[in-house]
Amino acid sequence: MRVSPILIALAIATAGSTANGAELLVATGGGIIAHAEREALFSPAEKELGIKIKETTIDGLQDVRVQVQSNSVTWDISQMSLEECMMASKEGLLEKIDTSIVSTEGFDKNVVTEYCIPAYYYSTVIASASNLKQAKSWADFFDAENFPGDRSIYNSPRYNLEAALLADGVPADKLYPLDLDRAFRKLEALKPHITVWWQSGAQSAQLLKDGEVDYIGMWNGRAAAAIKDGAKATFTFNQAILSADCFVILKGAPNKELAQKALAIFFAPGPQAHLPLYVDYGPANAKAFSVAGVLSDADKARVNTSPENKKTQVVQSEAWWGEHGQEAVERWENFRQR
Amino acid sequence: MTAGVNSAILASVDASEKRQSHLLLFPAIAVVSLAIAPFLWLGALSFVADGQISLEHYARMLANPSYITTFVTTLQMSAVVTAFVVLLGFPAAYAISLLPHRLATAALTLVAIPFWTSLLVRTYAWMVLLQRNGLINTWAIELGLVERPMRLANSFLGTSIGMIHIMLPLFIFTLYGTVKAIDRTLLRAAANLGASPIRTFMTVFLPLSLPGVVTGAMLTFIICLGFYVTPQLLGGGNVTTIPMRVQQNILIYSDWGAASALGVVLIVIVALVMLTLRAVVGKRG
Repeated sequence: MRVSPILIALAIATAGSTANGAELLVATGGGIIAHAEREALFSPAEKELGIKIKETTIDGLQDVRVQVQSNSVTWDISQMSLEECMMASKEGLLEKIDTSIVSTEGFDKNVVTEYCIPAYYYSTVIASASNLKQAKSWADFFDAENFPGDRSIYNSPRYNLEAALLADGVPADKLYPLDLDRAFRKLEALKPHITVWWQSGAQSAQLLKDGEVDYIGMWNGRAAAAIKDGAKATFTFNQAILSADCFVILKGAPNKELAQKALAIFFAPGPQAHLPLYVDYGPANAKAFSVAGVLSDADKARVNTSPENKKTQVVQSEAWWGEHGQEAVERWENFRQR
Repeated sequence: MTAGVNSAILASVDASEKRQSHLLLFPAIAVVSLAIAPFLWLGALSFVADGQISLEHYARMLANPSYITTFVTTLQMSAVVTAFVVLLGFPAAYAISLLPHRLATAALTLVAIPFWTSLLVRTYAWMVLLQRNGLINTWAIELGLVERPMRLANSFLGTSIGMIHIMLPLFIFTLYGTVKAIDRTLLRAAANLGASPIRTFMTVFLPLSLPGVVTGAMLTFIICLGFYVTPQLLGGGNVTTIPMRVQQNILIYSDWGAASALGVVLIVIVALVMLTLRAVVGKRG
C-alpha cells in the first residue's frame, strides 16, 4: 500500500509536536487491522510514553530484509506473520525482545520465542452457503457425497494439511508431526470438488459474497466481514485452525529501547482487550478476557480467542511448519498441478 | 597569428564537442548498468545456493513434476491466446484498413479504449461476466440454454478469454501498420490478371501482411508468458504460470536464485521458440 504525500506531509508537520519529540515508526499490515491497532494499541502507548507513533505498511519480509541488510533501518517495529517471524529470526533480521520489560504472562508459551510475540490470532474457519446443509466440521467439509457443492480452499498447504488430517479422524492433540502422505490422500479425494484455490483474504471474501462456491475454508475476520457485507453464509469455529501475527523489533532499529517499552504496552492485557472492539481477530494475551468492563458477552462469543471459542480450535504448530514448510509447499504444487 | 588564434579556438570547440559527445554514451551506460548488469547478476545467482556454486535450484525443477506442468501450462496458455488473437485480430485489422480515413480513426479509437483501461479493471470485469452467478451464466440459465451454471471463471478457459481481450488491441495496432502500407494497386493488378478475390487475398495480400502477423504474434506470445494478475484472478488457482511460481519461490526460499532459475529456463525456452519460428518463417520468405 502506498502512503499518500499528504499523509507524509502531515506526519512531518506533527512530528515535532510531542513533548520529548521521541518517535517510533511501526509497520503494520494496513487496512482494518491497522485501524484496530491504532485505536487499541498505538494511541494508549503514545499517551503513556509521551511519544509519537508513526505508521507505515509492510508488503512482505523483503521490506525488512532490505533495510537490515543495507544497514539503513528506519522502522522500529514491524508486524509480521508468525511464519515470516520464524524466517526473519533465522536470518538474523530481528532484535531479541527483552522479557524484563515486555511481560509474556498470559501468552501461549508454545508460540512465544525470544524474537517474536503474537499480537493477535486469526482462525481458518469453515463457511457454508446458507441455502445448503451447514458443514460443522472438516469431516463434513471433505464429505462431498453428503455435502454436495463447490469447494474453495487456501492455495497453500498451510491449514489444509491440518484440515485434511482432522477430517480423516486424527485427534487434534495428535496432529503434529503432520502425516503428509495421509493428508494428501485425503485432499486428493476432495480435489475434483475444489473449484477455486484462493490466494488472498480479499479473494476468499469475494467468493463467499458472490456465491461462487458453496463451502470454503477461510479466515474468520474475512468471513465475518463478508457476511456483514451481505454474503448469504454462516461459519463455525469448530475445528478452526488458529495462527498468529506478531510484532517484532528490527535489528539495529533506531529506537530499540523505546520500541521495547512500546511492545510492553501493545502486549498488555488492557490494550489487547480493546483490539476486538475494532476487528474480529482475537487478542493473543489470554488475560485480556479478564479485564473488567471492556468486552461484553456478545463480544466474547464473536472473538476467536475467547476461552469459549478457543476450546474447539486447534493451534497451528509453527515449529513444524518452520521445519517442513518448503517441502510441504513443493508437494502441494505437485499435488495441485497434476 | 590569427590562424593560430583560430586554431586554438577551434581546438577548444573540438575538445568540448568531444566531451559532450561522451555524454551521448550516457543512455548506453544507463542501459548496461541499470538493466543488463542486474539481469546478468540475477541470472548468475541462480547457480548459487547457500553461498556455494550449485545446480540445486535447477535440480529442484526436475525433482518436482509441478515445475514442468507450470512451464507447459504457461506455454500452452500463451500459444492458445496468441492463436485466437491472430484469428480475431487479422480480420479486424484488415477491415479497418479498408475503411475511409475518418471511420478508420474512429475504429482505431474504439480498439484503443480497452487498451487504455487498466488491466486489473478489465480482469475484474471478466470475473463479473464469467463467474458462477455472473451475467453470462444467469442469462444462459434464464434462456434455458443450460441447466447448471457453466465453469467459465476460475479456469483455463476464463483466463484465456481475459488474456485474449487484453492482448487483442496490441496485435491489431501492430498489424494495422503493415496492412495499411500494402500497395493496393497490387491487388487490383492481380484482379486485372483474372485472379478471384480469394486467390488475390491468398497469393498477394496474405504474404505481404505476413511480416506484420509474425511480429504481432511474437509480441503477443512473449507478453503472455509474463502474465501474472489475470491468471491469478481468472484462473482461481487452476492455472499456474511461471511468474506465479517465481513469486512463490521468493516467498518460501527467501532466495533470489531460487526464483531467477525459473527466469533463466523461461528465457532459454523463449529463445528456442523464437529461433525456430524465425527459421520456419525465414524459409518461407
